[in-house]
Amino acid sequence: MSTTVTEIIARCQALFDDLNFTYAREWKAAVPGRIVVGYMPFYVPRELIHAAGGLPLGVLGGGEQLEVIQGDAYYQSYICRIPRSTIELGVTNRLDFVDAMLFPSICDVIRNLSGMWKIMFPKVKSRYFDVPQNFSDGVGGTFYIHELTELREMLAEASGHAVTDAAIRASIALYNENRALVREVYAFRARQPWKAPSAEVYLLMRAGMVLAVEEHSRMLREYLDAAAAADRPRRDNSRVVVTGAFCEQPPLNLIKSIELSGCYIVDDDFMLVNRWEQSDVSLDGDPVANLAEAYLHNSANTSAKYEPDLAQKGLYLVAAVKRTRAEGVIFASPSFCDPALLERPMLQRVLAAHDIPFIAFKYAENSGQMQPIREQAGTFADSIKLWSTP
Amino acid sequence: MTVTPAAVIKDTSMLKQKEMIAGNYRKLETAVADGRKVAATFVPGNLNELIMCFDMLNNLPEINAIQNGLRKKTGGYIMEAEKRGHSEDVCTYVKADLGMIAKGNIGPDGQKLPDPDLLLLSYTGCFTFMKWFELLREHYKCETAMLHVPYQGDGRISKNMISYVVKQLREEVIPKLERVSGVKFDIDRLRENLARSARAEEDFVWVLESAKARPSPIDAYFGGVYYIGPIFTAFRGTEDATLYYQLLRAEIAERLAAGQGPVTPAGDMPAERYRLVVEGPPNWTSFRDFWKMFYEDGAVVVASTYTKVGGLYDQGFRHDPDHPLESLAEYCLGCYTNRNLPSRIDLIEQYMEEYQADGLLINSIKSCNSFSAGQLLVLREIERRTGKPSAFIESDLVDPRYFSPANIKNRLESYFQMVDQRRGGGKSVPARAA
Repeated sequence: MSTTVTEIIARCQALFDDLNFTYAREWKAAVPGRIVVGYMPFYVPRELIHAAGGLPLGVLGGGEQLEVIQGDAYYQSYICRIPRSTIELGVTNRLDFVDAMLFPSICDVIRNLSGMWKIMFPKVKSRYFDVPQNFSDGVGGTFYIHELTELREMLAEASGHAVTDAAIRASIALYNENRALVREVYAFRARQPWKAPSAEVYLLMRAGMVLAVEEHSRMLREYLDAAAAADRPRRDNSRVVVTGAFCEQPPLNLIKSIELSGCYIVDDDFMLVNRWEQSDVSLDGDPVANLAEAYLHNSANTSAKYEPDLAQKGLYLVAAVKRTRAEGVIFASPSFCDPALLERPMLQRVLAAHDIPFIAFKYAENSGQMQPIREQAGTFADSIKLWSTP
Repeated sequence: MTVTPAAVIKDTSMLKQKEMIAGNYRKLETAVADGRKVAATFVPGNLNELIMCFDMLNNLPEINAIQNGLRKKTGGYIMEAEKRGHSEDVCTYVKADLGMIAKGNIGPDGQKLPDPDLLLLSYTGCFTFMKWFELLREHYKCETAMLHVPYQGDGRISKNMISYVVKQLREEVIPKLERVSGVKFDIDRLRENLARSARAEEDFVWVLESAKARPSPIDAYFGGVYYIGPIFTAFRGTEDATLYYQLLRAEIAERLAAGQGPVTPAGDMPAERYRLVVEGPPNWTSFRDFWKMFYEDGAVVVASTYTKVGGLYDQGFRHDPDHPLESLAEYCLGCYTNRNLPSRIDLIEQYMEEYQADGLLINSIKSCNSFSAGQLLVLREIERRTGKPSAFIESDLVDPRYFSPANIKNRLESYFQMVDQRRGGGKSVPARAA
């Protein structure tokens, strides 16, 4: 009997709500010697963790459910919420089964959190995971291969066994498959957004932060089948791309509110790690070099990444609008998010030059009041229908 | 009744530096007429010795923001940038710079600044730098050289990091400097510049370390920001900078020998009552008022972290003419905000001990996440390790809206009382000197 959309999304919702990470705990306990490696947005090479016999666990803050009490004592009011809720997860022992934590180079706050983790949780292997901002193979590529090699060694130490080339290749193959399915879900939603509501797609992608990749791929396949078979009404919504939400996540209600206000989200950057590499990573030759090559030449764009060519600045967003036949862009950024907010004016000018309408607002992961968002997004949807449609 | 402000006392070295800064602005103003090329770059990880090899002038957007902040011009610039769509949440140095450009790019001394020929982005210890230069590139549409300096996540500089930075210098930065300037790179010229830097660095460190004496002859934060001026900006590697630090050292040596405290805007500081280590940049828009809150109460800053953003010379680093590019790489990698939080805490602890400080004061800057994120843990850790009291105040770099003098004064007074109590074991302490 095939699984229904409702059943799949109910499972995703349960995983999303579970801030004790029961699935990951049980996964680790099931086989002695398994490790769990937490990582923060926006990207880490999950293949290496998997190849070390580990479960990559996306740590995306505490969301709207978590009451942050101790975490607030570590941050001033003008710093975003994700580090404080992440600390709350740590000090309340919700991450006490995590063997290592990776902090990618997304901004100064997450960067400094890597050092805080070393002090606060000295038994956990913590690593600031640097990625090159120079994209030449012989310069940034060489640097990055070395970084990946250091990470590989750290993971080998954590797991107690070598991380072989063969294991990495096998993991790359699994993640290639997973990314292809993720791309398929996104493409399906862009084609028929009424059949794949954004809150569902969001929960489906969030499940990929927790589940073993094999299980997540299975889930994506089941969802594609179930969603295609589901009979859902098509509404006269405007099609929008949501951008700027690649780190601290918006409340689920915010995503629902955008859609309820009359917008179909046809592309987003909520969880870039799920589709960071934009096509398959090669399985031939040196697997670490292949991961580096994919990062340099075949990865997503985001504001945490330097764009060496002024002429290319922001065009990825224009391309996303065209690819998904979107009619506008919503800049939804967390308050105090340096990468998103510093980038925003540049992207807005690129959109303006291409006659693509946009609006902007800020949120925090625990924002509770959705009425202003709904009004703003609703007005935007109406204005697109009234003024932008030929 | 009109109150005439007291004349500010300036040492010879201060006058010398003032002339150096004014001279650099004059050169920038006439750069186009003089056929000089201009590089815009940042303070941490700045490559002044290298830029000089190409006869280029160095324009530092951060310094322009600071100078405008001191002249109380940044409030208007920031609001101009916010009107143009820049978020109220982001770095005010960036907005002060963009606002200045939007209003005609008139520099701090009232003259128009030239458009840069090259944006030399030294991405060291601060994420915002990258976006700032992308914003400038969008405006100027000029050549940009990106130097990515990896962060010391594990508190060490690896060979891989050095090699990465050196390669970028060789393959990206130097070729662009050559192309823009039309001057061929001469490594011997770089060696000469670096040798001059190292001489200045020796004297600079001597000055910083003079604060170990009691009383300290310098204030290593409020005075310190003047002392770092030449070595952190457009003068490191010049003969002028070498002379400046010789002059400064001689002045401080005299004060030390005479048992004098620091010079403040109101003259010699009468008595040293509190010895503090300060973490974080100062507020620039009310710099004098901020400083006054300290010296009026006899508080001297004996060591500060802000004076290490442009290099940690007091930890032994010197530019090395024998290994020029490697030395530049090591310099960039070693700047204070490029060090991980545990290393920063270790350094502060070291200062607390070596400089016999009574406590740590953190000036947390709203718009500088590079410094500010994690400072409350820094405070806890230092209190735990040293047993000495710490305090936390908040302000901003160049946004006058975030400087609240009454709040800061209140907190400082409470803090000084706490230091008194801790030092006196709860007993009353002698009244301050008149």
